[in-house]
Amino acid sequence: MPELTYSQAINQALFEEMRADQRVYVMGEDIGLYGGVFRVTQGLLAEFGPERVRDTAISEAGFVGLAIGTAMMGMRPVVELMFMDFALVAADQIINQAAKMRYMSGGQVSVPIVIRSQQGGGRGNGAQHSQSFESWFAQVPGLKVLAPATPKDAKGLLKSAIRDGNPVVFIEHKLLYNTKGEVPEEDYTIPIGKAEVKRDGRDITIVSYSRTLLFALEAAEILAEHGIEAEVIDLRTIEPLDMDTVLESVRGTARLLVVHEAHANCGMGAEIITRVYEQEPDALVVPARRLGARHVPIPVAEPLENAVLPQPADIVKAVEEMM
Amino acid sequence: MPLSTERLPDAYRQMLIIRKFEETIRDLFLQGKIRGSFHPCIGQEATAVGGCWPLRQDDFISCTYRGHGQALAKGLNPRTAMAEMLGRETGCCKGKGGSMHFTDMENGLLVANAIVAAGIPHAAGVALASQMQGTGQVAAAFFGDGAVNQGVFHETLNLATVWKLPIVFVCENNLYSEMTPYKETTSVHSLSERAASYGMHTVHIDGNDVELMYSTMEEAVQRARDGDGPVFIEAMTYRLLGHMMGDPEVYRTKDEVAEARENEPILRLGRRLLGLGYTEAQLDSLEAEAAAAIADALQFAQSSPEPAAEEAFTDVFASYSRG
Repeated sequence: MPELTYSQAINQALFEEMRADQRVYVMGEDIGLYGGVFRVTQGLLAEFGPERVRDTAISEAGFVGLAIGTAMMGMRPVVELMFMDFALVAADQIINQAAKMRYMSGGQVSVPIVIRSQQGGGRGNGAQHSQSFESWFAQVPGLKVLAPATPKDAKGLLKSAIRDGNPVVFIEHKLLYNTKGEVPEEDYTIPIGKAEVKRDGRDITIVSYSRTLLFALEAAEILAEHGIEAEVIDLRTIEPLDMDTVLESVRGTARLLVVHEAHANCGMGAEIITRVYEQEPDALVVPARRLGARHVPIPVAEPLENAVLPQPADIVKAVEEMM
Repeated sequence: MPLSTERLPDAYRQMLIIRKFEETIRDLFLQGKIRGSFHPCIGQEATAVGGCWPLRQDDFISCTYRGHGQALAKGLNPRTAMAEMLGRETGCCKGKGGSMHFTDMENGLLVANAIVAAGIPHAAGVALASQMQGTGQVAAAFFGDGAVNQGVFHETLNLATVWKLPIVFVCENNLYSEMTPYKETTSVHSLSERAASYGMHTVHIDGNDVELMYSTMEEAVQRARDGDGPVFIEAMTYRLLGHMMGDPEVYRTKDEVAEARENEPILRLGRRLLGLGYTEAQLDSLEAEAAAAIADALQFAQSSPEPAAEEAFTDVFASYSRG
């Protein structure tokens, strides 16, 4: 099976979907001529032309709103927000508009829009270029939220997102773009709403997604050397959550740790742990825990950033405390 | 082709339908029968009828929470509009949208918007889709003087001009941005001048002259449909009631309102018709027809059932299979 980088895998998904469906088009800042600041859209302009690969002004609210208008007319826009932090500039269009149009109209319209962006810190990009908003989006009825961790999942999930016909927030990570992984050559999709057990284990369930999923796998290898076998679940979809996979695992391990890069406060960890207590109150032998960023804006200097964002060592430490 | 004199009685009737719809809602509101808020467009019937009648059924408009006039003029059935106001399952949005979100996709009415200016990029998106798909459709965005100060208004006008979109921007300037005179918060009082700075064709007219509104809109629509790019129409008007029900209107004098009432658009059209040789009896007859239409709508709405509670949980997402 060929190996691709995460950004190549997404690029392939875009090529394939744009070839298969004339309604699919991409829009965003620097995505056409420049190929995207993370190179995800390179080559698209040459093949599909400026009608379907549109460089926009720096107007997130405006171009997300325009994309919504085209979607209501049956087009399938895939809009890129250069950094997820900029989603706030378009927040009204994403949250008050795209997510709600179908419901408010009593089902008369649909909004088949995919909003792709990248989150996360770890590179010293600063507080306004390093955030993670998945739990905010997950709380909005009418949005689906995806956060693949691997090239294979990224390609398959983006295809599903484009075909879904509803507003989807597709979350990439700036430090995942150059990671590599096997990607099937044949046409495939990954279903929305289905988590995957990335590593089997019997001692503890670690639930994560996006970049910290790789940290969890790294921590699991270290823990294995100490005789602790962690089961690592990659959510892949943030909303709707696949609690069946999480609960089945927890019934076996009886221990649960959720890890995400987003701030711990009101993060997905809080939601997942609450659901486990609601649905399997007697499953856990020790209290569930969650790791997330500390409650400060994300700083730039390396020792500061590392103190704020969860690291593999933090995962190892938390698991050992829970055993 | 301008509004022919043969059609003026129809315009008169339609304006009265809008007027009586709004008056009926006002009365119901004061009886406690309407949930939420209501933003009457009484006094703005000429900009609605003159602005919407030149459009084709498959041209789309976006409008605001003060958009019942546009909605009805575009073709929304008064029965389903009234039922929506009363929260019935027969409402145009099944009772889920309410006063501020009237939708009628069959008649080219996008989901009306409760966020000032937020619908403007949606109309531009319809225009973009029309351009990409070659449908020949034109879009019109209706909004007020207040919207001209929102960021997304500027973002949309810029992109619409750069991409030469087939859209008409219709600003109903009723002199007050909610409860504040627009001149106090707007740096350039000629809103058409502000729009002209984006490089588009602009017009500034007396919007309460329904014939002038119609011919101006028709010319603008033709320009857009011919591919000559966006047009901005600043249509001066006046709302005879407050911003919303319960507005004490401390920001304007009763004399000002009384003077406006003497020159409101329906009276003006009535005088025009009399000048053309129609009789008072004929005008009364047209008014009676309008009253009958609204009485019918009210009867329909009041005898419609409320939606079942389970209906609250439908219409969030569209279900699609690939195709």
